[in-house]
Amino acid sequence: MAATSTAPCPECEAQVKLSSTVEKGEIVPCAECGAELEVIEQDPIQLRLAPEEEEDWGE
Amino acid sequence: MRIGVLCSRIRAEEKLLFEAFARRGLAFDRIDDRELTFDLAQPRIQHDVVLERCLHHSRALYALRILNQWGVRTVNTYEVALTCGDKINTTTALIAAGVPSPRTMIAFTPESALSAIETIGYPVVLKPAIGSWGRLLAKISDREAAEAILEHKDTLGSYQHAIFYIQEFVRKPARDIRSFVVGDETICAIYRESAHWITNTARGGQARNCPITDEIDRLSRAAAAAVGGGVVAIDLLEHPEGLQVSEVNYTMEFRNSIDTTGVDIPGRIVDYVVHVGAREPVPA
Repeated sequence: MAATSTAPCPECEAQVKLSSTVEKGEIVPCAECGAELEVIEQDPIQLRLAPEEEEDWGE
Repeated sequence: MRIGVLCSRIRAEEKLLFEAFARRGLAFDRIDDRELTFDLAQPRIQHDVVLERCLHHSRALYALRILNQWGVRTVNTYEVALTCGDKINTTTALIAAGVPSPRTMIAFTPESALSAIETIGYPVVLKPAIGSWGRLLAKISDREAAEAILEHKDTLGSYQHAIFYIQEFVRKPARDIRSFVVGDETICAIYRESAHWITNTARGGQARNCPITDEIDRLSRAAAAAVGGGVVAIDLLEHPEGLQVSEVNYTMEFRNSIDTTGVDIPGRIVDYVVHVGAREPVPA
């Protein structure tokens, strides 16, 4: 999967590599600190810490 | 046809569904449940059909209630979400339809729950009525464990954890079966194998193709019909007395089941959404 862009991790400030097919709302891990990050904007890419799992989440 | 996809977090499943829409040349709107507002007396009908893919059961439930009230067709319907999102509702629906399921008792206090547990006999499984991915399941093997867990749930949990859903522990092989039903068809099934008694793939269970036997097909379609039909995933247990249905999931995950079964699950879901969208509108 070719990385086409990067954005700073809000937790550790490392540059997170993102695929060209990344979607707004998708969760991506930071390879440096392991934090789960949510893509909140695509152009330009912005990331924030993903919300903690909630009790009524599921399938 | 105007198609909406109600979602928030984009899991592997949503990406696969988006790709399936794109392969068919179908445009759709993403509806983010975090940005959504409803003016209840002012219907705002923007789509012929909405595919619900929320992570939150509560958001899905109320959004479907309102959309269906406004006459918008949805996959799945509010009634299906209401029945599948709460295990008490699911089990009562299965029993009403004559679909075999593990013996289950409900109690509302720790004392009556202990009595129910001992009526069934150890071990039993305690499950939250609302919850998924194998979270907060407890296998209770003796009275001391039962007393401790019931006290903890009653004291530390929200009120929903003091509604006790108690089920016999089914002595099954180290696996369960998950089948996928779309419309009137059981499209595929997997074994979920694990040395742990909890076999959810979210908890490390491994997926392997499961051939659809007549019994799996019959029970899967019966369970789907019992909860109102649509696109659902059925969890089946190999009980010593025959297959039993333990749960029905209405916003199913399937990332581990496409290559395993060779069935294009997202494609089948999208085709079903189009089929539903082409029906006559539901009267409000």
